[in-house]
Amino acid sequence: MSILYLHEVTVSFDGFRALNNLSLDIDVGELRCIIGPNGAGKTTMMDVITGKTRADRGKVMFDQTIDVRRMTEAAIADLGIGRKFQKPTIFENLTVFENLELAMKMDKRARTSLFAWLSHDDRDKVLGVLRQIRLESESERQAGLLSHGQKQWLEIGMLLMQDPKLLLLDEPVAGMTDDETARTGELFKSLAGKHSLVVVEHDMAFIEQLGGKVTVLHEGSVLAEGDLATVQNDQRVIEVYLGR
Amino acid sequence: MRTPFIIRFLQATPKSGWIGLAVFAAISLVLLPMLHLLVPAGSLFHVSSYAITLIGKIMCYAIVAVAMDLIWGYAGILSLGHGLFFALGGYAFGMYLMRQIGRDGSYQSDLPDFMVFLDWKELPWYWTGSDSILWVLVLVLVVPALIAFIFGFFAFRSRIKGVYFSIITQALTFAAMLLFFRNETGFGGNNGFTDFKRILGYPITAPEMRVALFALSALLLMATLVLGRYIVTSKFGRVLAAIRDAESRTMFLGYNPLYYKLSIWTVSALLCGIAGALYVPQVGIINPGEMSTANSIEIAIWVAVGGRATLIGPVIGAFIVNLSKSFFTQAFPEYWLFFLGALFVVVTLWLPNGVVGLWNQIQETRRAAK
Repeated sequence: MSILYLHEVTVSFDGFRALNNLSLDIDVGELRCIIGPNGAGKTTMMDVITGKTRADRGKVMFDQTIDVRRMTEAAIADLGIGRKFQKPTIFENLTVFENLELAMKMDKRARTSLFAWLSHDDRDKVLGVLRQIRLESESERQAGLLSHGQKQWLEIGMLLMQDPKLLLLDEPVAGMTDDETARTGELFKSLAGKHSLVVVEHDMAFIEQLGGKVTVLHEGSVLAEGDLATVQNDQRVIEVYLGR
Repeated sequence: MRTPFIIRFLQATPKSGWIGLAVFAAISLVLLPMLHLLVPAGSLFHVSSYAITLIGKIMCYAIVAVAMDLIWGYAGILSLGHGLFFALGGYAFGMYLMRQIGRDGSYQSDLPDFMVFLDWKELPWYWTGSDSILWVLVLVLVVPALIAFIFGFFAFRSRIKGVYFSIITQALTFAAMLLFFRNETGFGGNNGFTDFKRILGYPITAPEMRVALFALSALLLMATLVLGRYIVTSKFGRVLAAIRDAESRTMFLGYNPLYYKLSIWTVSALLCGIAGALYVPQVGIINPGEMSTANSIEIAIWVAVGGRATLIGPVIGAFIVNLSKSFFTQAFPEYWLFFLGALFVVVTLWLPNGVVGLWNQIQETRRAAK
């Protein structure tokens, strides 16, 4: 069963092919790592999946039946695809609790929000995620005052509040301390199974900790796929990383 | 159990807020009207009709300032065209006031004087029903809000933001001003509407009428504050703040910013329209000058001086700036604009959060010292 299926997706910017016949298949509950040198198309791939960039050709199927290529960002988010950006984007002037509250899966229309009321269950749900991301003691703190690593966690927490089927995480441990990185790894491993995760990372130690299947992108298409050891010993991958 | 909506609505304003409102109500609805109506004019405690009109006028400005703060302070959208919605509300009610003059105008005609002057034989179609106060009140509520809605829909749908949005709103009010300057537009050209005589048949200059308009302005200001408080403390208000801080993140969370912005923008214009309608009978005139770009910019200054993203700030700002304005324009008329400019510079450089921000800072320093 695949949760996300990309078939021969191509995206060009002014003649430059950011994605070139990219095909990718992510299973339900899978934890997949994507690596590749700069410009390999990792972020563009996420842009295409979340509707920020339109594919020129190819298919992007979510949950086997839904083609997301013509949908808006908000509609795609509504399907259950959550995305974490490279740079943490949180609501700096709201508290940690409010950040999570806004991310909760619920009716997001303006007129409903005007009368919305936080029930006990909703509150418990926020508290549950606060525990998961280890920010319980920071609940009432203004989000802009958190440390960089905490902001990354808060953003991950915001994704979890949406109860997404698929999580796209763009360099989630960038700027974290080793200790924070290790704890993030544990968090991700505990999420796999319940959610499907796609992690774009450069940190090899972190990818090793996650232990899932690894896909190597190069010049907009898949160069190699397999577990980390196999991929690392692949001659073509070594060439790409070490230069010709 | 779910708390009933009305309780939640009232709870949004904290206890200290309600006490403040009660004090304000006692002063504006009881004390000042009594000092104006019951205390003889020679007495030390008499409140002059000048003072009543001035404060009534400033309360209308304060409503506009709060409306402006809802979109600028809380949603991060700076409008430099809010004077337009204020003026449209004023013009709509002004139509009724013109019809109430009846045959007491200079030309003793059923038509307003300026139409006789233009040699028009009958009222233009859009003046239909302007002799009915109910219809005119509908116009006051609908016209500014509808124009804001249509303009906002296209502007926000095209994702026009920041300074571009501000410039377009500025152009919008300027274009409207040019339109209203034309005699053919049918709103009195550059003279606008004036020489009002009556509302509902009662003379407009009677002390009782003045006090009634004053009290209405005070009530509306209080209602605006309570409504504003509910909006900004509701989830809707938090989403607005979220859109202000990181719009793309709200979209990826599944919110469509268009309807959030459009709603608060339209509510803001609606409040301005009502304020304009209350303002015109109190000052006795409305002309296209109200739509000038400088007027709209001044509204932003009131909010900046008082403190953005606080509801009481804009009210304080409107009072500070306008009281100084009436003092300066009497005492040193040449220096008013210099003072306004200096005030703006001071606030921008040293008081980014306005007077309310300064107050909070002093409180914090005091607490830290203890």
